[in-house]
Amino acid sequence: MSKVLATSEPPILEVKNLVKHFHVGGGLFGGKAGVVRAVDGVSFFIQRGETLGLVGESGCGKTTTGRCILQLERPTSGSVIFEGADLTTVSPDDLRRVRRRIQVIFQDPYSSLNPRMTVGQIIAEPMAVHRIVTDARARAARVRDLLERVGLLPRHADRYPHEMSGGQRQRVGVARALAMEPSLIICDEPVSALDVSIQAQIINLLEDLQADLGLTYLFIAHDLAVVRHISDRVAVMYLGKVVEIADRKALYDDPLHPYTQALLAAVPIPDPELEARREHAIVLGEVPSPLNPPSGCVFHPRCPIAIERCRVDVPELREVKPGHWAACHLA
Amino acid sequence: MGVLLSVQSLVTQFSTSSGIVRAVDGVSWDVDEGETVALVGESGCGKSVTALSIMRLVAQPAGRIVSGHVVFKGRDLLTLSEEEMRRVRGREIGMIFQEPMTSLNPVLTVGRQLTEGLEIHLAMRQTDARARAVELLGMVGFSDPARRLTQYPHQFSGGMRQRIVIAMALACNPPLVLADEPTTALDVTIQAQILELMKALSRRLGVAMLIITHNLGVVARYADRVNVMYAGRIVERASARELYRNPRHPYTLGLLRSVPRLDEPRRARLQPIEGQPPDLTRLPTGCSFRPRCAFRVEYCATEEPPLREVPDATHVSACWEAERVGSSNGGPRNGPPSPPALGSTSAQPGRSSRHGE
Repeated sequence: MSKVLATSEPPILEVKNLVKHFHVGGGLFGGKAGVVRAVDGVSFFIQRGETLGLVGESGCGKTTTGRCILQLERPTSGSVIFEGADLTTVSPDDLRRVRRRIQVIFQDPYSSLNPRMTVGQIIAEPMAVHRIVTDARARAARVRDLLERVGLLPRHADRYPHEMSGGQRQRVGVARALAMEPSLIICDEPVSALDVSIQAQIINLLEDLQADLGLTYLFIAHDLAVVRHISDRVAVMYLGKVVEIADRKALYDDPLHPYTQALLAAVPIPDPELEARREHAIVLGEVPSPLNPPSGCVFHPRCPIAIERCRVDVPELREVKPGHWAACHLA
Repeated sequence: MGVLLSVQSLVTQFSTSSGIVRAVDGVSWDVDEGETVALVGESGCGKSVTALSIMRLVAQPAGRIVSGHVVFKGRDLLTLSEEEMRRVRGREIGMIFQEPMTSLNPVLTVGRQLTEGLEIHLAMRQTDARARAVELLGMVGFSDPARRLTQYPHQFSGGMRQRIVIAMALACNPPLVLADEPTTALDVTIQAQILELMKALSRRLGVAMLIITHNLGVVARYADRVNVMYAGRIVERASARELYRNPRHPYTLGLLRSVPRLDEPRRARLQPIEGQPPDLTRLPTGCSFRPRCAFRVEYCATEEPPLREVPDATHVSACWEAERVGSSNGGPRNGPPSPPALGSTSAQPGRSSRHGE
């Protein structure tokens, strides 16, 4: 796969100091009122035609970040600049127009497809609503093209989602996203609900579509091996913050943040001989509550190398090596 | 070491509106004392139904154990009365499931849930049971077990709940623990903690484990022997080392090749297993894997391959072409096999092949 990343071009997407806080408790049923800092000052960019992987464990804010980019959640503060327009400030009309060019593929294809619609209707509906293809016959032809493009057959248009396998349903989800002619697709755990033999099919499909259509992906996932395979650059999130961001190779060959190192060490490798030899340096404890994040560096209570300063000072994300950013005092 | 559990020609079926689902279709395997055995496969392959059949927890009337034997410590569990079976569950075979909250009662304290089994199964007095519960929570890594006993499941995180479930599974010192996807719902750093804990405890206590999972990495870290299931049958069995080094069934080979790995250079392209998972109500004649198989030959369509020794009883494969799978292999990861031309055509544009049915 050859990707030309013209770095002189402005990025297709730029997220700046994105913050999303959720207020909880203190309502009808009482409970202590508090603020969940789901996304707490996240910044990154994506170049056109590139794939940025966003990894982290549950509750790290990776999905909320995706939803804020889509404006499915209104950010508490910060900006989301897509193809030159700040989605957090544009008028609703403009948002609808611009937002069409960002599509999303969800984890569970079954719950994201209307069970009462045929596959053909599912793919055609957004084209009709957004008046991309107004003529019904042209729409049907476009549906057939899209089905073929994602590796399905024209006759699948008459099927219902429940008549298809998980992998086929995810292909329908991809076709529906492509129907809107997007430039950016947010893939939120697109293969984690699929069997491993099917995961590789969908990943290959996404890569082929990117090469053919020049798509840009934000690939949100918890599987570090899958993210390494598909991403050009990778951002690691922990408790609402990006703790490290770098080119794929630099991040996996030379991780700078202790959390990234811990994540990589925790992944079991499918090779018993290697596993028997491998040191299992296991990070202790669990992710603290985003309701009450630790002071200083949010990773310090679990960090094997934390020093006194880590309890107090919040480490800024800084460029430790060219293009390789880490939020660690000791990196 | 002797055989602890022996599953023999087990057949479990479900009747559904679309026909009889042959979820477990004549499988045989065993677990030796103190051994960790894995049952690996993808969704719908029958691995969980096998576990439920062993415990006689298959949901009736839709599900039914049609035939076979489950011989545990010399007794066939399938012939026991429900009363006798209740004494086996929890006391002689511990259980760990994927989602800890399915095993925990939300309205009872953790302490009560731990002591209940001890009082019923081992007729312990309350104070003894409590002392044992404290010991168990300490064993699974809680630093303040006495205080934890008074808490409710919702006060614990997912990883901690799974530790409690492990403590419950081990409470009566069972010789066998059955773990169905025990770390699938957990984050990767917590998964690593739980796997280490289970491994250390099973070794220290000499407990045999049956671990059911789809994750090849978990199996590699964990199992002594591996059974690979596909469409209700065992298609390959070997020691973990042998299976990963020298897979002899095209499905096993395909599974190993389809996952990206962190310990190897990134490959330009993944090698999926083409096609769709099997429909258990309409299995093809001959070999169930044939429609997706890169090694298939004509008689795979008519002759169902039996499990046979390749080359001896420690490694068995249900494939007519097992020798060719092995020889084309040259180390499972050193490049693509050179199988006969695939039936699936390459769809253009794009290079994804079609996925009709």
